[in-house]
Amino acid sequence: MLEFLEVIKSSYPDLKYEKVGEINSVSLKDSEEILPFLAFLKNSANLRFTLLTDLFAADFPDRKKRFEIVYNLLSLEYNARLIVKFHIADGEEVPSIHSLFSAAGWYEREAFDMYGVVFSDSLDLRRILTDYGFVGHPLRKDFPLTGHLQVKYDESLQKVVYVPVDLDQNYRSFDFMSPWQGPNYVLPGDEKADVKEGKKG
Amino acid sequence: MGIMQNPGQIPEFQNQDEYFKEEMSNRGYVLAHLDDVIAWARSGSLWPMTFGLACCAVEMMQAAAARYDMDRFGMLFRPSPRQSDLMIVAGTLTNKMAPALRRVYDQMPDPKWVISMGSCANGGGYYHYSYSVVRGCDQVVPVDVYVPGCPPTAEALLYGVMQLQKKIRRTTRFKR
Repeated sequence: MLEFLEVIKSSYPDLKYEKVGEINSVSLKDSEEILPFLAFLKNSANLRFTLLTDLFAADFPDRKKRFEIVYNLLSLEYNARLIVKFHIADGEEVPSIHSLFSAAGWYEREAFDMYGVVFSDSLDLRRILTDYGFVGHPLRKDFPLTGHLQVKYDESLQKVVYVPVDLDQNYRSFDFMSPWQGPNYVLPGDEKADVKEGKKG
Repeated sequence: MGIMQNPGQIPEFQNQDEYFKEEMSNRGYVLAHLDDVIAWARSGSLWPMTFGLACCAVEMMQAAAARYDMDRFGMLFRPSPRQSDLMIVAGTLTNKMAPALRRVYDQMPDPKWVISMGSCANGGGYYHYSYSVVRGCDQVVPVDVYVPGCPPTAEALLYGVMQLQKKIRRTTRFKR
């Protein structure tokens, strides 16, 4: 089962290998290695990772290189899956892999849309999911939950217009441990429950 | 002769059919308020615009299918706004979809009604605080009936439709 890992290790001994659940993952040092490494995984006769099942990013704002770019690969021939990932800083460009995997086009657009990760020499780096003229990248941790704009129909202009967000209803706080919000007594019917669990606050 | 003294009073009959039969065979014509006839016609042939946006659409399909059978109310789903007089907003209305929804609504001929189906269409629902979802489709189109639920059952939608029919029967008037 782990044979394919040995094949990769023999060619790339100094990469970081780890196991995420059932699936092996490989961490690259920086984004420049990705194209030759993926080409090796795809073309090597003992690996044949020919299918890119997913490509996405994750945001870790505390880290110096805050974005993690993750590639999920599948080898149909050897029934093996592999995760390849590396970290980049904000503003750093990532080489596009559309020349290798044509499936990457929309995945890269999604990563760009959601995180603002720029893929160099990408075929068509437009937003894919968010609204036309959307401001910001919503899956970044520092993006406000409600965004910046909301829509409404303007009677005088006779069309749908964008206006700054104005919430009619405040954010809800579900802090049941607070003495102001949670009851301090045992609820009727809860007498048989664990006393420590029953008493709150 | 010829002037009905009290048109609001209809003699007691077992049912509508019997009344019509009696009137037609005796006099050859039926008298009624034009308002009521128009309201009856409008409420009995609501053709909804198919506007399924999310999982609510599946319940809407269920309401239209064999078990609940919206056809009984003269409701036929139309694929074109130009042939519809009711829009059932079934599902999450996103910011990106809002101009399209309004355009489709504008393309519907008057008189037209809107049913907002499900929590998302009513007020954003689960996605109320989201950056991409309209907090209620009444921000974009005027709504006649709100059907609560997530998603509402087909029965609930049907009840909403019947409420709308009631509303139409009550409110149809000539513009003076």
